[in-house]
Amino acid sequence: MTAADALAGILVLALNAYVISGGADFGGGVWDLLASGRRKAAQRDLVAQAIGPVWEANHVWLILAVVLLFTCFPAAFARLAVTLNLPLTGVLVGVVLRGSAFAFRGYGGDRDVVQRRWGRVFAVASLVTPALLGVAVGAVASGAVGEGGRGDADGFVAAYVAPWLAPFPLAVGLFTLCCFAFLAAVYLTLEAPEGELREDFRRRALTAGVAVGVAAGLALLVARPGAPLMRHGLLGSEWALPFQAGTGMVAVATLGALWTRRYRLARAAAAVQVSLIMWGWAGSQYPYVIPPDLTIADAAAPAATLHLVLLALGLGAAVLVPSLAYLFRVFKRSDQPSAVGHQ
Amino acid sequence: MTDLAAARVQMGMSLAFHIIFAVVGIAMPVLMVVAERRWRRSGDPVHLDLAKRWARGTAILFAVGAVSGTVLSFELGLLWPGFMRVAGPIIGMPFSLEGFAFFTEAIFLGIYLYGWERVSPRAHLSAGVLVAVSGALSGVFVVIANAWMNAPAGFDFVDGQITNVRPLAAMANAAALPQVLHMTLAAYAATGFAVAGIHAWLMVRGRNASFHRHALTIALTVGAPAAVLQPLSGDFAATHLAHHQPVKLAAMEALFETRSGAPLTLGGWPVAAERRTRFGLEVPYGLSLLAFRDPTAVVQGLDSVPPELWPALPAVHLSFDLMVACGTYMALVALWAAWLARKKADLSARRGFLWATVLAAPLGFVAIEAGWMVTELGRQPWVIYGVLRTADAVTPMPGQMWRTGVFALIYVFLAVVVAVLLSRQIVRSPMYTGEHRGVPGAGR
Repeated sequence: MTAADALAGILVLALNAYVISGGADFGGGVWDLLASGRRKAAQRDLVAQAIGPVWEANHVWLILAVVLLFTCFPAAFARLAVTLNLPLTGVLVGVVLRGSAFAFRGYGGDRDVVQRRWGRVFAVASLVTPALLGVAVGAVASGAVGEGGRGDADGFVAAYVAPWLAPFPLAVGLFTLCCFAFLAAVYLTLEAPEGELREDFRRRALTAGVAVGVAAGLALLVARPGAPLMRHGLLGSEWALPFQAGTGMVAVATLGALWTRRYRLARAAAAVQVSLIMWGWAGSQYPYVIPPDLTIADAAAPAATLHLVLLALGLGAAVLVPSLAYLFRVFKRSDQPSAVGHQ
Repeated sequence: MTDLAAARVQMGMSLAFHIIFAVVGIAMPVLMVVAERRWRRSGDPVHLDLAKRWARGTAILFAVGAVSGTVLSFELGLLWPGFMRVAGPIIGMPFSLEGFAFFTEAIFLGIYLYGWERVSPRAHLSAGVLVAVSGALSGVFVVIANAWMNAPAGFDFVDGQITNVRPLAAMANAAALPQVLHMTLAAYAATGFAVAGIHAWLMVRGRNASFHRHALTIALTVGAPAAVLQPLSGDFAATHLAHHQPVKLAAMEALFETRSGAPLTLGGWPVAAERRTRFGLEVPYGLSLLAFRDPTAVVQGLDSVPPELWPALPAVHLSFDLMVACGTYMALVALWAAWLARKKADLSARRGFLWATVLAAPLGFVAIEAGWMVTELGRQPWVIYGVLRTADAVTPMPGQMWRTGVFALIYVFLAVVVAVLLSRQIVRSPMYTGEHRGVPGAGR
């Protein structure tokens, strides 16, 4: 394995960490938007309490992934930034509005109209951002961001809209949104105190789990014309079918654990399930950063840079891992009451 | 507006917006940690209240800083793909390190804000210290990356191709130390004086004098030493420019002609077409003396390069003068504060000093914005000085103006909201200490 391969793996790892942590924070916003029934307010409070202490740290995974991308694979970064300018700009607007609205709601004073308005901004941005992020990933996987995939890219639409405004990227956007909402609902079953609130999120987790399956099926369906390379990678190679079967089994296990109210198991299984999906995607497009023409080796920065970044990542991990472990131990131990005031 | 101009406006706007929150994220944690430490030592609830209030303010500003920083990391590519293709491998290193520093800051800020009742007092205070240290480090790394654009190093540039990349040498570029010193001091000075000014204003208005006096003292303890040191670091930065970026220095000082015994031009309006500065006040030999410590030294003027390589003159020169004026004023107020502290004077009775501090409150941020104008506009037309022009780095995507417009709206909106929220936080002065006593003459 080359240094570039290792760094590509770490990049996926950072994205993976972002998805199972920051992704769930976005999913929390979705449940804020969809809060309903008699316990509407309690559901929203639970979401706010769960993501409050951790969302900013979780968000840094995305920054780390972007930095790794432009440091180690500058050609890929430049191409993504040009072709996917519009959805990525949308992601940025969403990131800004989600983060600031959450902070404004938390620190903006008492419950009043203003509070509800910020809650709405927070929730809508939480819905739009993951979907657009998924659209961008789907566009890459479909091969439309590659030089060859763009066809005769004359005109604005052909060059900057068509690569992502297509059935497959849109299906991946929907799928991403479902995954994030699913993760959040599963995690929230452990954040909630015993009783009805927990049952609320158990039901939501089960529904979202089914939605993940349906969205995955839909994405595969439109992949046949829309992303043949991806489809081949996911289903065609010799490791692919056992891998997909494994992912499917974990998905069933997650739903089973939810059904039987084994929430800790469900949390672990859901995180593994979504991680496997990510690695399935990454594996299916190896050795390309941007299929069908830009490989990891072609896009890679000079060796001197790659080796230093590996070193920096090692040092950084030595600081980061214990710090993150401490953060989650302080706030995410499920034997602690989660109803502690946070201001 | 051309796409290039629109892209520059968007980048400038994003940086100008983000820098305020970044600066507060560097310095504010120091204030809250000092307040908490005083509370842990003395048990005085005023200090606990201060620590909590400042922490809440930090939380709002840090969140906006984090998201606006995310925008910038994407914008590097969305606006300047040509720059990142070249620069990514060379200056990715400080950005990676900044990523980790920022991560640490976010983690321990979470623990600090939400962990008052969950971790031990010692762990809580340590979390605050880690926030302060990692915040400062994040700033240092980002400024190092910017310094590289001014003094590119760590690669060979042969026939338009970048080869032999050496990321550590790039980090050790000549501009790194002067810029890092100047910016870090600026963060403490600006934030310290902004907080001091707010509390001074509330004292003038007769609000809870004891509470605000404590706040003022802590804020000045952080801000005043930085403000006094800042002119020295500025001088260091200017002498660096004299050797490494003479064109930028010439634009800052509106020096058209290369000459010995160059004067220092204060104010005025440089007119590029006439190659002279109108209405400026000239201090004979001033520039030669400042740049080279020799009144007869030769200082390189703008005439050393063709006019198409000149930065936007009035903007760079006037921004520079504005920065220096603000910095000088703050340094003087800081010295005044030191003198009062030596005399152990009761600050609440020193209305002249309080008003001077109120006036200083926005000036640190004005100076920071103006200073970045000097650094960034002064480097034009280059994005990597002497290597890559900004015009060659911009995205090929048309219609940039629309996206710039969207971001302009978002930034204006966020700025208004942050201002409203913070003013609500500030104006709600605590009343519980029972020390609410008006300052004589302050009532209406």
